[in-house]
Amino acid sequence: MIPPPAPIPAARRTFRPPGALVIDIQNVTKLYHMGEEIVHALRGVDLQVRRNEYLAIMGPSGSGKSTLMNMLGCLDTPTSGHYQFNGKDVSSMSDDELASIRNREIGFVFQTFNLLPRSTSLHNVELPLIYAGMPPHERRERAKQALQNVGLGERMLHKPNELSGGQRQRVAVARALVNHPSIILADEPTGNLDSKTGDEIMQLFDTLYEQGNTIIVVTHEEDIARHARRTVRLHDGLIASDQMMTA
Amino acid sequence: MKALGRFYYEFVESIRIAWAQIRANKMRSVLTALGVIIGIVAVTLMGTAIRGIDTGFNNSLSMLGDDILYVQKWPWGPVEDWWNYVNRAPILTTDADKLNRIIEDTPNSLLEIAVPVSGRGASVKAGDSSVDGIYVFGTTADYSRISSVDYKEGRLFNELEADAGRSVCVLGFDVAEALFPGRSALGGTVNVEGHPLTVIGVFAKQGEFLGILSFDNELIMPLTAFRKMYSIVGRTDLRVKITDKKRLQEAKDELVGAMRRVRGQLPNESDNFSINGEEAFKAQLDPIKTAIAGAGLFVTGLALFVGAIGIMNITFVSVKERTKEIGTRKAIGARRRTILMQFLIEAVAICLIGGIVGMVVAYGIFLGIHLKMPGFPVQFSPDLVVISVLVSVVTGILSGFAPAWGASRLDPVVALRYE
Repeated sequence: MIPPPAPIPAARRTFRPPGALVIDIQNVTKLYHMGEEIVHALRGVDLQVRRNEYLAIMGPSGSGKSTLMNMLGCLDTPTSGHYQFNGKDVSSMSDDELASIRNREIGFVFQTFNLLPRSTSLHNVELPLIYAGMPPHERRERAKQALQNVGLGERMLHKPNELSGGQRQRVAVARALVNHPSIILADEPTGNLDSKTGDEIMQLFDTLYEQGNTIIVVTHEEDIARHARRTVRLHDGLIASDQMMTA
Repeated sequence: MKALGRFYYEFVESIRIAWAQIRANKMRSVLTALGVIIGIVAVTLMGTAIRGIDTGFNNSLSMLGDDILYVQKWPWGPVEDWWNYVNRAPILTTDADKLNRIIEDTPNSLLEIAVPVSGRGASVKAGDSSVDGIYVFGTTADYSRISSVDYKEGRLFNELEADAGRSVCVLGFDVAEALFPGRSALGGTVNVEGHPLTVIGVFAKQGEFLGILSFDNELIMPLTAFRKMYSIVGRTDLRVKITDKKRLQEAKDELVGAMRRVRGQLPNESDNFSINGEEAFKAQLDPIKTAIAGAGLFVTGLALFVGAIGIMNITFVSVKERTKEIGTRKAIGARRRTILMQFLIEAVAICLIGGIVGMVVAYGIFLGIHLKMPGFPVQFSPDLVVISVLVSVVTGILSGFAPAWGASRLDPVVALRYE
């Protein structure tokens, strides 16, 4: 399924060698019941993602893109097929086990930022660490560090409504990074931003990739997908193409 | 250890969220808490009243004298077979003399002395002032031995005055206040049924019995003078002092035997008199307390039920409003119990605030009653605070559980998509 890697390094791009297998999806299907109708959101998808990859998942609406993203993010479980995350079988996990995987292994970045409106940036970033059971002093340091990494060291005590859209998304990125997850899963991260701010966020993702993070971006915009090193296109619940980018 | 730490951090986080949530929706929270407030006010006031009745009762009993038995025609408390009592021969003042003779003849008697008291309601005048509904009674000089009341001024009549049937009297505190406002009543003259009586003493204030019946509205005079005044003597009873409060039942048995001899009763006859004492009051009071508790519990239960539904409703609303937030929290690692706890704590927090406000309101009402009616038996106590807090917390948990459970079970995918 995966075409052999054809690395043609471009001058301005870093290509980091793929590491261990993180995501291993085999023949996954997902059915939804919409009233009387049964919707086949995924009809048998195989996908492997390794550490150090920078992957874009593309597809028109209705292609199963969101369903696949929910599956990858352990928010949802497949109707059939197998999903192994870092070698652990996710398909059979309980809700709380999935919550624990999401907490430790996956950093979410949403289109609508999804910050807690009444909490400061710092507290928003601390939240995953609270759920991880980290003591207050330690998690505050970690959250501060994460905010500094995304360039928001000066905005730690601001609430979301005191921040610009780009800044909000940076807080969300810091929150995704703070627990050092195996992958960062971004769902249309620039969808609610103007193009200039969107570019800045994508540059941030590029930097994060260069710093050693594994990133999956779900998008329908070619411009965004161009930042990735590999693009998977979905069509009608099946993978239509899977290609490595060459600068 | 790690799990405990996590639970603690999540707990603190939940309290933070609840507090922020309540602050953000002040009006809504207050209105929701109203039912709980009313419930807590009801439960607190009920407790206050019951406790107050207990205390008031005990205080009042000391007015009756806890070592005094009352020999009377009727028992205290309601009787259904009134026909068995109505034809009893009246208790006579001479019965007291006979009884005292028997007591004297009994070695190691548990009874000390019997004192006759005949009384009836009357109005008492002094100059132009007049007070109605005064309990006027005649007794002997031995009354001093069965009464522990202090004198504001003056004294009780002595044996000579009593035997001679002198027209003297001792006034209850309120009677003296009403007839001789702002001045000493000693040496003054009061008029009962056209008979002038010289005041030789005034009792100190005794207070009210259960806040209803005043012991300060009385007038005491020598029995002989009282009998001259009224050809038909009103009710007479014998007040018998016992020697040992701890052997009340034995003393009572002895008194029954002695009275049967006084009244010349045959062995197969049932007593034609009643021995009354404080426990008769206790027996009477229990149904009152039960009734207050029942009514209070009903009101409390109703208010708390309505309050609980309000809390449940508002928690459902809160869950609905924050569905997306729940999705986000779940996405970044909140487990079911974390979400459950978050909304439970929110519900409990509103209830606790309601409970605290309720207690403050109840305390205000209590103070108001205390100021307006000092004699009314109400008493506030710390354990009511504990009960109120417990009731609030339990209400919060019960009413918040269903919505919080629903929130904890939300599918994160659905919750995240919710707008």
